[in-house]
Amino acid sequence: MSSLIELFSYDFFLKAFLAAVFASISCGIVGSYIVSRRIVFVSGGITHASFGGIGLAFLLGFNPLLGAVLFAVMSALGIQFFTKVAHVREDSSIAIWWSLGMALGIIFVFMTPGYTPNLMSYLFGNILTVTISELFWMFALNVLIILFFVFFFRKILYIAFDEEFARAAGLPVTLFNYLTITLIALTVVLNIRVVGIILILSLLTIPQAAANLFTKDFLKMLLLASLFAFIGTISGLFISYFLDIPSGAAIIFTLVIIFALLRVYKYFF
Amino acid sequence: MKPLIKIENLSVGYDKEPVLHDVNLEIYEKDFLGIIGPNGGGKTTLLKAILGLLKPMKGKIIFREDINRRKKPIGYLPQVKHIDRNFPITVYEVVRSGSIMKNPKQVTSSQIKQKVEQLLTEMGISGIRNKAIGDLSGGQMQRVFLCRALLSDPKILILDEPDTFVDNRFEGELYEKLKELNKEMAILLVSHDVGTISSYVKTIACLNGELHYHPDNIITQNQLDGYNCPIKIISHGDIPHTILKSHK
Repeated sequence: MSSLIELFSYDFFLKAFLAAVFASISCGIVGSYIVSRRIVFVSGGITHASFGGIGLAFLLGFNPLLGAVLFAVMSALGIQFFTKVAHVREDSSIAIWWSLGMALGIIFVFMTPGYTPNLMSYLFGNILTVTISELFWMFALNVLIILFFVFFFRKILYIAFDEEFARAAGLPVTLFNYLTITLIALTVVLNIRVVGIILILSLLTIPQAAANLFTKDFLKMLLLASLFAFIGTISGLFISYFLDIPSGAAIIFTLVIIFALLRVYKYFF
Repeated sequence: MKPLIKIENLSVGYDKEPVLHDVNLEIYEKDFLGIIGPNGGGKTTLLKAILGLLKPMKGKIIFREDINRRKKPIGYLPQVKHIDRNFPITVYEVVRSGSIMKNPKQVTSSQIKQKVEQLLTEMGISGIRNKAIGDLSGGQMQRVFLCRALLSDPKILILDEPDTFVDNRFEGELYEKLKELNKEMAILLVSHDVGTISSYVKTIACLNGELHYHPDNIITQNQLDGYNCPIKIISHGDIPHTILKSHK
């Protein structure tokens, strides 16, 4: 136990702990929205498309997260535009943006001279190397998400539940859709450092699936999903540290175990 | 008397292709209008146009002055099959969502809350207020959405195929309830089930691309032939209805 407490005296561990807290809150809230609205696939598209931005940043030598934000938001709006305005089937437009982003990323990384040492940490995440400035942005995102959901909770809920009814009532549905999809893009990108592009979808869906076992109330789901995400990330973090295995994978593995246990518990009780 | 809604030469549809042509219709206070027609005849399209979800390609829809274009006192009951039953939302919140039809400047949060409670009690569903929407039966679901539609004190109640997926017992209850509501508001109901509808509504319109209005609720075989309405459904709809009456 003392070694556990000792861990928190390390600077890198404290930062990882804070990153886990921020990731749990943002992914818990935004993920619940994603799952409820059945836009998991859209979120997958956005996530993978952001790899293009990371590649571009490697090539041109700027902050990879900035590149990822650029591509994530662009693909989010692009998917909406393709579907709503250009009348491309939604699943097709997701696939187009998903693969375009990945393809561009691979081309850019290939064109980058020399070895790209951090590439793996963007693909699979490494919570133990989170920097202060990344923590700051994660914190800012959390504030933004919480404010947005506190101020517009019922509007978000009602639009998500029955978009047509909300439209008939004159709510600015299109504006809200663009705002929420942008928020999803930001959430995905700023949490890439925690579990990586390939695995981020799990933080947005597994704690929510677990929460959904116990509640069918949107607000309770947000809170419970954040809690489960927190338990999963923290335990994953410890497991990763003590067993010396990659943190992203350890976190996902823990999340799945938690979900499985809760599912079994729910079956018997 | 001025009509609540006046539809003039309306053509409307999707992707530049009109589904409805030159529809003219006036809805007055305390009307109970049933619109029947085959699938694909444009029933839902007409409702969407009235709700402002589709822009007219030609013609216009005029609301009476006291019915604001944006926050219109229209109650709307969508087809239950369009509702995502797995969405994590409680009965209370679904009913409360009807408040977005109202101008937020005119009502306080506690007024909304009170009205929700009152409607839940009236409709006999206050016991399931905290239940998830996915756990309800067809009849309960219908009642929840009727509460939502009534929350904004509508002058017109619009129902899209209210009899689908509802057991016969509640169907009778629903129509009795509508009859009662009709004392206070106009009702516009869309259905493919000619039989049930004709015994409750005051007037009937046939919609199959074009609209044919009947000033009473009797449809003759002759009229149906002329307007290409689905005749088979009449006999189909009449049978359960008769059974319902003899039970009472």
